[in-house]
Amino acid sequence: MHSTMKLLRVKQPSVIPGFGITMGYSLLYLSLLVLIPVAMVFINTSSIGLPTFWEIVTTERVMAALKISFGTSFLAAAINVFLGFLMAWVLERYSFPGRKFIDGLIDLPFALPTAVAGITLTTLYAQNGWIGQLVAPLGIKISYTPLGITLALLFISFPFVVRTVQPVLQSMELEAEEAAACLGATQWQTFYKIIIPALLPALITGFALAFARALGEYGSVVFISGNMPMHTEIAPLLIRTKLEQYDYNGATAIAAVMLIISFLMLLFINFTQWWAGNREKTTG
Amino acid sequence: MNNPNHGRPGRESKAVRAILIAVALMAFVVVLVIPLVFVFVKAFEQGTGLYWAAISDPVALKAVKLTLTAVVIAVLFNTVFGLTAAWAIAKFSFKGRNVLITLIDLPFAISPVVAGLIFVLLFSTTHGLFAPLLNAWDLKIIFSTPGIILATLFVTLPFVARELIPLMEAQGTAEEEAALTLGASGWKTFRLITLPNIKWALLYGVMLTAARAAGEFGAVSVVSGHIRGLTNTIPLHVEILYNEYKFTAAFAVASLLTFIALLNLIIKNVADWKMEKQNQVSNP
Repeated sequence: MHSTMKLLRVKQPSVIPGFGITMGYSLLYLSLLVLIPVAMVFINTSSIGLPTFWEIVTTERVMAALKISFGTSFLAAAINVFLGFLMAWVLERYSFPGRKFIDGLIDLPFALPTAVAGITLTTLYAQNGWIGQLVAPLGIKISYTPLGITLALLFISFPFVVRTVQPVLQSMELEAEEAAACLGATQWQTFYKIIIPALLPALITGFALAFARALGEYGSVVFISGNMPMHTEIAPLLIRTKLEQYDYNGATAIAAVMLIISFLMLLFINFTQWWAGNREKTTG
Repeated sequence: MNNPNHGRPGRESKAVRAILIAVALMAFVVVLVIPLVFVFVKAFEQGTGLYWAAISDPVALKAVKLTLTAVVIAVLFNTVFGLTAAWAIAKFSFKGRNVLITLIDLPFAISPVVAGLIFVLLFSTTHGLFAPLLNAWDLKIIFSTPGIILATLFVTLPFVARELIPLMEAQGTAEEEAALTLGASGWKTFRLITLPNIKWALLYGVMLTAARAAGEFGAVSVVSGHIRGLTNTIPLHVEILYNEYKFTAAFAVASLLTFIALLNLIIKNVADWKMEKQNQVSNP
């Protein structure tokens, strides 16, 4: 009897007041602003019907857009794993003039509006831009190519890996590395067997966050990509184009695909963080 | 930060360390510094006269007004939501807590264009779920200010909550419970105990909300209809100027947003520093 009552209890007893009203308000707000709107995408998709949905999603243009979005986002996130790790390492392990200033500026891509990043990077990497004209003689075109898209995504997802790795580096105990040194490990061995495993969850989380952000990115990419269908058209832009042509079904279908992927990424990130927490408990 | 690893002589040779720092610095400059400097160089390229003309242009000022409206409303509603949700989540333990946290993170994970699409599916006067209702009352949400406000509310929903929840969780309930045993009401406890403890995180969350609300591009782009002077926010105005090849004017207006971004970064660093000092005082 007592254990059944315990199972039925949703909330632990507490002396702190206000649970009812805060929960109620939060749930109401979330339902109105998040749950119902997001559900609309799936309701509309189901009213389109699965066969039509599949037909829309597998058209050449849509598949190309999804491929471009995925490919460039993956590449940008992967490069940022290395760059971000390097940045975090240098910031946390070494001291040099300007370190604090650099640390403070890392979040710039978070804070900068995407439209500003978009026009800045496009003009910067255009054929006659500061950087564009440096590589033009080599025959490399950056703006209006997938390379340009990747660079823009690199910019906006830059802080993610840095900020997930930094706290782990900060709280890492050097004793493990020193012990390895005493036991005769070379620097590389220490790096591969002690440091990388400790940082792996943070690196994976950072990658997933960067990838998820890059996938959905619109503002900073839409200027530099040139938006040529089949070549540099990203999925978010295709949604927008279909909306402008009043192809609501098409737009909804692609949006549904992107939503499902966002959910999966969220779940993956939460799982990775749970896994990291669990690891700490067993090895702690 | 409080990192005992800074400058601690590691096993890497000075040369390796120097190279790593140099590469990191180069990446930092190319990825972050050059674009930042570029915005201002381009904005003032044709002199301060043109800069002021671009900013004080009536259409630009209307865009500023619309953006400010969106920012104020987003900050007000989402701060209230953030505080109530953080109170419910951090001070109590109940089933479904993690689901609630994931729900709050949802707008963060969704592409801005999908976010805009969601509200079009609800409130479009031709295809929306509420179309008959809206037409009956001659209300316009999409392609009008309310749509922009809604889209902005959606994308800025998580920021305050995300900042407060971990902090309030870490701070626990001991102080509030002590206040309650001394006879304070729930509201008084919140005002005099909880609020001062979270003030820096709250400030930063509000700043993030405001900055994101001002800079939001993708979602607003979908719902606004781009009607000049009526439904254009600052980022949309930047896009229009850029697409009309009025580059200097576009960068001039963009520089406004960049100032906000830099202010954002400064406040973040101040808030971080203050929170650390607060932490040191309570955990000597």
